Amino acid sequence: MSEPTPPARELRIPSLARVEGETALHLRIRHGTVTEARLSIYEPPRFFEAFLRGRAHTEPPDLTSRICGICPVAYQMSACRAIEDACGVVVDGQLAALRRLLYCGEWIESQTLHIHMLHAPDFLGEDDVIGLSRSHLEHVRRGLRLKQTGNAVVELLGGRAIHPVNVRLGGFHRAPTRAELRPLEERLRTALDDAWDTVRWVAGFEFPDAECDADLLALAEPGTYAIESGVPTVLPYAATPPPYGFPLRDFTDHVAEEQVPHSTALHSRLDGRRHLTGSLARWAVSGHLLSPLALEAARAAGLGDPPSRAGTGRGEACRNPYRSILVRAVEVLYAVEEALRIIAEYERPARPYTEVPPRAGTGHGATEAPRGLLYHRYALDGGGRVTGARIVPPTAQNQGAIEEDLRRLVQAGLDRGEGSEAELTRLCERAVRNHDPCISCSAHFLELDIQRTH
Amino acid sequence: MSTPTPPQPPARPRLGVFKLASCDGCQLTLLDCEDELLGIAAELDIAHFLEASGDIAPGPYDLVLVEGSVSTPEHLERIRRIRADARHLVTIGACATAGGVQALRNYADVEGYLAAVYARPAYIETLATSTPVSAHVPVDFELRGCPIDRGQLVEVITAFLAGRKPAIANHSVCFSCKRRGNVCVTVAQGTPCLGPVTHAGCGALCPTYGRGCYGCFGPAGTTNLPALVPLMQRDGMGEEDIARFLHTFNVTAFTAVEEQAQPGTADAEGPG
Repeated sequence: MSEPTPPARELRIPSLARVEGETALHLRIRHGTVTEARLSIYEPPRFFEAFLRGRAHTEPPDLTSRICGICPVAYQMSACRAIEDACGVVVDGQLAALRRLLYCGEWIESQTLHIHMLHAPDFLGEDDVIGLSRSHLEHVRRGLRLKQTGNAVVELLGGRAIHPVNVRLGGFHRAPTRAELRPLEERLRTALDDAWDTVRWVAGFEFPDAECDADLLALAEPGTYAIESGVPTVLPYAATPPPYGFPLRDFTDHVAEEQVPHSTALHSRLDGRRHLTGSLARWAVSGHLLSPLALEAARAAGLGDPPSRAGTGRGEACRNPYRSILVRAVEVLYAVEEALRIIAEYERPARPYTEVPPRAGTGHGATEAPRGLLYHRYALDGGGRVTGARIVPPTAQNQGAIEEDLRRLVQAGLDRGEGSEAELTRLCERAVRNHDPCISCSAHFLELDIQRTH
Repeated sequence: MSTPTPPQPPARPRLGVFKLASCDGCQLTLLDCEDELLGIAAELDIAHFLEASGDIAPGPYDLVLVEGSVSTPEHLERIRRIRADARHLVTIGACATAGGVQALRNYADVEGYLAAVYARPAYIETLATSTPVSAHVPVDFELRGCPIDRGQLVEVITAFLAGRKPAIANHSVCFSCKRRGNVCVTVAQGTPCLGPVTHAGCGALCPTYGRGCYGCFGPAGTTNLPALVPLMQRDGMGEEDIARFLHTFNVTAFTAVEEQAQPGTADAEGPG
């Protein structure tokens, strides 16, 4: 080349706003080409997997809830399932229904938080929910009301919305009476209208074209939209391999975490490929199992039909990360409906929990956190002491796909002539928030700033 | 808070919310104040709150809420900068007030921890300890809990706006439990409960749901821990179980109280 090489341009966004936890972005651009997009997580290591060792088998549900204040129920549910699996106990009937109800509460409040407080401001040119409340007060009020209803479900079943105290191995410390659940019904009926209105509202947003070329991974459960249990199921991006599932006990054989030099985080690969978990993946894997009402809302929102498992060729996955807000809104509607259904069918169980006597073994548990598939594995000794713990949170799995998404979106932005630092910063922040990353979830993310030399 | 009514309050006091090592739950408590959130936003200029807004204004701030513990070399610098920018600094939650659950590393070999979690531990920058903010800079008020209580947070903000000390009771969970009309889980069921030595604030949630308090608000202002130990032993807990029970969500705080709780000093004030 005869021209002198211009210096590589670097863009750093030191602290990313409106995400849960702390992260920074680092882009490197050479000759108008994005050569690197890096999500640097500076959430400090907190060593959960290490200090869980030596604890009693009853403790991980309370301890791991502290990994994330936004989805503590997800941690409690994945931990319970993994330890119960190790001890050979299956929780079913009304206790399983109560767990799903608790999880619906978390879905409602957490997804609503993301929709209204973190994500919607991007579509409406506002900095935050306070700005949004000036321009769209009615919508913010509705969001706060919905979120409060989700919190009310978690508070009634769990004692409090953040780090609930009522969850234990085998079920709950105390199961509510039917009468105690009744006041929730009225709130949830109002929430059903609010959730519908939210779907209509977000459906009116303007969605830039984008496509994420990652495999989609979510749990699948026969006959129901998987939330608190299921089999890991993959919808690959490419035509081959065809969609497939694998036993949960083989999770870490398929989803391999590695420490990579260009990022501070542990990255996961799904059978060697980039993958995404979360709302878009759930819609792709289980969308056809949503309720008729939720499917109607999805169609009205422009999502069309979800991929049909029956192989009729109808429907398609949504791979536009901007549209994840639509799927979240539909999931809130579904969770409200599910909560109403569970309450209507509720009979107080004779005992609030099933005994989970310890035994030596290894157990696996995975549930659908609002942000995606959350996997736990525990090894126990005969006395019930934890001898090993492994936690694979959704954000750790999504990071590779998020970085690739960032690279493509910034490249498209540059190609459109959006080259200013402010424009690119805005674009990147939006791109990351599309995926609703939960950084403190990433219990073993860490800070590192190494320049890549190749 | 330390200052009485300011003579000429500015138009709107400026609020900064900062985070160190934590789960974000205590900051989220502010967003969970659904009924009060818009009111708070009207009274305070939210100048720095990354979880909620990309609109960040530099300090100084009139009121700073800090979540999370000091656990990396960078935190040591950051907490000093935050303090320098804060007229009033309030720590929110067990991490900022007592080191949090991640302070379990304080009793372990952190090199071993690193090797257990990371393939290449040399990459990681971390301190061997997780410590409360007050170990490094002066703190004006400590709000307890894992997580903090919404009502107590609103009280702290209200008190700040009114220029008075927050009315946060320093008594134990037992008081709240009696007020709630609960039957004592220790007396009636022989369930080990840390309520007698734990700071009030949660509304005695665990006993209300039929389990023993697990101490997530840390030690109450006045406690008599040695008196509780025989009760826990009576209810089937061994020495190791008791140690684990106390050393979980407020590791350093209960340790400090244990050290203070010698005969004759049982009424010593807890930190803060």
